[in-house]
Amino acid sequence: MGGMRTYIIRRLLLIIPTLLGVSLLIFAVSMVFSPEERAALYVTEGSLKAAARIEAIIKKYGLDQPVYVQYFKWLSSVLRGNLGWSKSLNIPVSRAFTELWPASVELAIYAVPLIVLTGIFLGKISAVHRDRLPDHLSRIFAIVGWSLPTFWSAIVLLAVFYGALGIFPPGRLGPEAQSIVHSPGWVEYTGLYTIDAILNRNLFVLVDALRHLFLPVLNLVIVGNAGIMRVMRSSLLEELHKEYVMAARTKGVPEKVVIDKHAMRNALIPVVTLAGIMVANFMTGLVITETVFEFKGLGYWAAHAATQLDFPAVLAFAMFSGIMFVVANLVVDVLYAYLDPRIRLG
Amino acid sequence: MMPAERELAKVPLRERAWFKELMFTLRRIRESPLSLAGLAIVLFFVAIAVLAPVLAPPRPGRDPFVMPRYGYLATPKPPSKEYPFGTAEGQYDMFYGCIWGTITAFRVGLIAVGGSLAIGITVGAISGYFGGLVDDVLMRITDVIYAFPGLILAMAFVTAFGVGLDNVIKALVLVGWPTYARLTRAGVLQTKQEDYVEAARAIGASNFRILVKHVLPNSIYPVVIVSTLDMGSMVLTAAALSFLGLGAPIGYADWGQLIAMSRNWILGEAGNPFAYWHTYTIPGVFIFTFVLGWNLLGDAFRDILDPTLRRR
Repeated sequence: MGGMRTYIIRRLLLIIPTLLGVSLLIFAVSMVFSPEERAALYVTEGSLKAAARIEAIIKKYGLDQPVYVQYFKWLSSVLRGNLGWSKSLNIPVSRAFTELWPASVELAIYAVPLIVLTGIFLGKISAVHRDRLPDHLSRIFAIVGWSLPTFWSAIVLLAVFYGALGIFPPGRLGPEAQSIVHSPGWVEYTGLYTIDAILNRNLFVLVDALRHLFLPVLNLVIVGNAGIMRVMRSSLLEELHKEYVMAARTKGVPEKVVIDKHAMRNALIPVVTLAGIMVANFMTGLVITETVFEFKGLGYWAAHAATQLDFPAVLAFAMFSGIMFVVANLVVDVLYAYLDPRIRLG
Repeated sequence: MMPAERELAKVPLRERAWFKELMFTLRRIRESPLSLAGLAIVLFFVAIAVLAPVLAPPRPGRDPFVMPRYGYLATPKPPSKEYPFGTAEGQYDMFYGCIWGTITAFRVGLIAVGGSLAIGITVGAISGYFGGLVDDVLMRITDVIYAFPGLILAMAFVTAFGVGLDNVIKALVLVGWPTYARLTRAGVLQTKQEDYVEAARAIGASNFRILVKHVLPNSIYPVVIVSTLDMGSMVLTAAALSFLGLGAPIGYADWGQLIAMSRNWILGEAGNPFAYWHTYTIPGVFIFTFVLGWNLLGDAFRDILDPTLRRR
């Protein structure tokens, strides 16, 4: 596996310029603000008001010095985990991340597998029944999902399933479950309510958390699987026309086996490359979906921060999204190289 | 134009790149029923936009993009004879808002796409034609912008520039151009190896002249077509930003803004959960149909840049 190791190292080195670029862009956006405003990117406590303190920050971080000096001071402050002060939450940005990530991760662990599976399923149905009813239906489903404004589908789901039927409320937990998770008997293992409920053996909280997760996850799935469906469809169609598939068919291998065992395996490979785009789409969906369902995670926070001109929060969230994308692509490339020796040796 | 070059430029209409591209486009649309449906939807919205002053006449002397309001009561009124789409929170006329919102959508889409395209083509042409270090630097910049989800980077830009529809458009341009830069670059790389480019260089035409007169006209049409079809997604992102409260101000004829104004009324009232259904359903149908039209139209072009499917 020597080739693999050098490949990973080379690939890791390659992301450094992109990550630096991401940080440069974020820094450039922040330069729109005055030095006094930018002090919020450095402070870690709330008493920003005092003019003397702002003066001290400007001095300390060189906010009146040349741009490149400022950039390096900012970057080293960021690398030490100081992302500034979020005035919309009145806590440091880094603490907002640690407090809010479980909500977003909880949405992700249910939504992402469902997005991927429904996308693959629809794409497969489409390709196998090309130009017949199932193909038309799943293509229409995908293009409708792709054209739906995420915020609107979320509102309609909320109006029907909460407003009219009262089954799936917004938020992360109902008041009763809220008081349980804040009681002294509750042990917080992960901050993900469904997992903590299982570990605490509390069925009530588990059911309540799932009821609150249902609509946001459904919304993310409806708008999220079009891209995967599309790539899955065309990639499977391509595989089904290749010679090894013909060969399997002429040998008399049942069609189901030809598709599931032979063609699908190869057709899935291009789908993997979508991981980066999926991450980007998911983060976008998260901002809107969390906002409409008042599901207080990172996306909800970012959207509210933006309306309150809490720019350290918005910039930190944008930078986080950029890093996630770069990392997702890195993981995909390494996986690819692992699966296909031609890449790492080429 | 230099004499020798003029000889080279005598190309019959049906051999011109833009003409071939147009014919190719029309043929693809005709071949696909879904694209035809998309085209019909888009034309329908064009008609609404053109007829807006007739369908919903603005009050003389007022900004036509500010919805008229009939009172200051918060509670929206359902559709009636007088107000076909009902009124929004604060008694804004929703019919008026949806009709003039169509113009807003086209304006946002056209400027955002046009701006992105102008920057994208310029950057892509320079990058592809000159290559080397310039190319490396410019392409690394597109990589960096690509790393961000469009809506989230646009959110960051709007936070910096200030809230408002114009700043939303600027943000969309800054986020949107790298796609077109990459597509243009790919086209230029291919075209600059053609014989007629060599010929132009041989007769001593300048780089600028070769690029503008020979390379670009023969390489940018696919990019232009792809960009038109991005109208839908641009408008969708703009609507999302308006919905989040970063775009058009309250009372402005904008679909995303109208939906934002409906948020307090989603749950209806006791005993009648859909009492205010019109506040979110009607503008939502407008956005959805508009975007769907462009996406259906675009469906026939997913493979437009796939050389194996093209016949030139």
